[in-house]
Amino acid sequence: MTRPASSDHETECGSAVRARRRFLKSAGILVASTAFLELNLSQAFAQRGATLAGGTVDLGQGDFAVLNYAYALEQLEAAFYTQVLQQPYRGFNPSDEQSLTGIQSHEVAHREFFRSALGGNAIPDLQVDFGRVNFASRQSVLGTARTFEDLGVAAYNGAGQLLRNPDFLAKAGSIVSVEARHAATIRDMLNPYSASFAGNDIVDGNGLDRALVPSQVLPKVVPFVLTPVSASQLP
Amino acid sequence: MIAQPTLAAATEDAAMTVSMSAAPTLIGTLDPDLAARMTSRRDLFSRAAGTLGALASAPTLLAVASTEVFAQGLPGQVVDVLRFALTLEYLEAEFYRTALATPRLIPARYRAVFTQLARHEAEHVRLLQGALGGAAIPPPAFDFTAKGKYPDVFANFDTFTTLSSTFEDLGVAAYKGQAGNLQGTPVLTTALQIHSVEARHAAEVRRVRGFVGWDGAFDAPLTKAAVLAAAAPFLAGGA
Repeated sequence: MTRPASSDHETECGSAVRARRRFLKSAGILVASTAFLELNLSQAFAQRGATLAGGTVDLGQGDFAVLNYAYALEQLEAAFYTQVLQQPYRGFNPSDEQSLTGIQSHEVAHREFFRSALGGNAIPDLQVDFGRVNFASRQSVLGTARTFEDLGVAAYNGAGQLLRNPDFLAKAGSIVSVEARHAATIRDMLNPYSASFAGNDIVDGNGLDRALVPSQVLPKVVPFVLTPVSASQLP
Repeated sequence: MIAQPTLAAATEDAAMTVSMSAAPTLIGTLDPDLAARMTSRRDLFSRAAGTLGALASAPTLLAVASTEVFAQGLPGQVVDVLRFALTLEYLEAEFYRTALATPRLIPARYRAVFTQLARHEAEHVRLLQGALGGAAIPPPAFDFTAKGKYPDVFANFDTFTTLSSTFEDLGVAAYKGQAGNLQGTPVLTTALQIHSVEARHAAEVRRVRGFVGWDGAFDAPLTKAAVLAAAAPFLAGGA
């Protein structure tokens, strides 16, 4: 079963330190509006995502590619949780419903943020494939959710250094911690009140979460995305 | 019966305290020399900009920690952020170390959660101390009762988890607020890797308290000043 979703990749890094410092001095950074971001993007970056011959979606380059990368991942997550809510698994209790309804609404909000911020530079809706997920099984659904959330956290952590525009870094920061809250929640749903929420399988001996670059993240989402995605301009 | 402080309430309360007594900031209290360093931070940063290329090849914060790199001039702005982060990690580490050592505070069913929290905060302390090397600040003395406002912090699990939740959310907002100051440096990724672990903690403590793990789809950052104002009441010598 396939459905349109959205997913994306990352961009490259930069060192606009001076611009960043100026930006941080203005209080507006933390509440930068979508419209502002879109304006900034259009002015600052010429490269955009595009659909290539053969249906391959190219993420573009520069900050556009990073935002499209994040947009792709959020498309995937939003589509997944939407289906989870449409096909509740056996044992779908009120506590699970509360958590998963919240997470679904967040992923949709993230997806829509990127869609709006990217405007005409956004990649198209991606075709997702959750055929390997057994939506009737709590273990299958939450296991898949754990994969997506942990991967999303690692993807944002690795993408921060690729962003040149401080506005985008701030926005990504406001999203990644919510993804981490999701990851902890899903893990806690699978193994309540254990160390799993930030388990030693995902947090290293320095107390650090993972950070992955697009070339490490994308192969892990390929099984769930039918649309070929090209991130040739990203590390 | 104590009030259940939210992060915002704690911040507001602390801000009032600071404005009334002109209390020194946390960093100022801990390190009187820092003020002088901060005045020359811009110069340091400008000079250090030339070394960023070399730093950029360092994959982790630990690599940045070498004496050699510091001798080359780690940007003062980055040192400031790392010291700020270390202060918060000291607070969290001591908080959980004390709690775990207090008999009958943490119910058995939640002990694994707080043991994991303590482990990570101690690891963050060690990581940041290593990164700062000789520039690391020493651990301050803490008063987790906040001058008597939370007298049962280590006797009442609800009080303890309320403060735990506050500290974790504060840490998330603090790291988030500093990301821009680290952009373009190799320290950024490491800071983000700590940031998301703090967010995992924050969500789990909220769940222990019976709530969902978040406020909404987007987490807000806090400025350094706001974070320090919120933390000041828990400093034995400050506020």
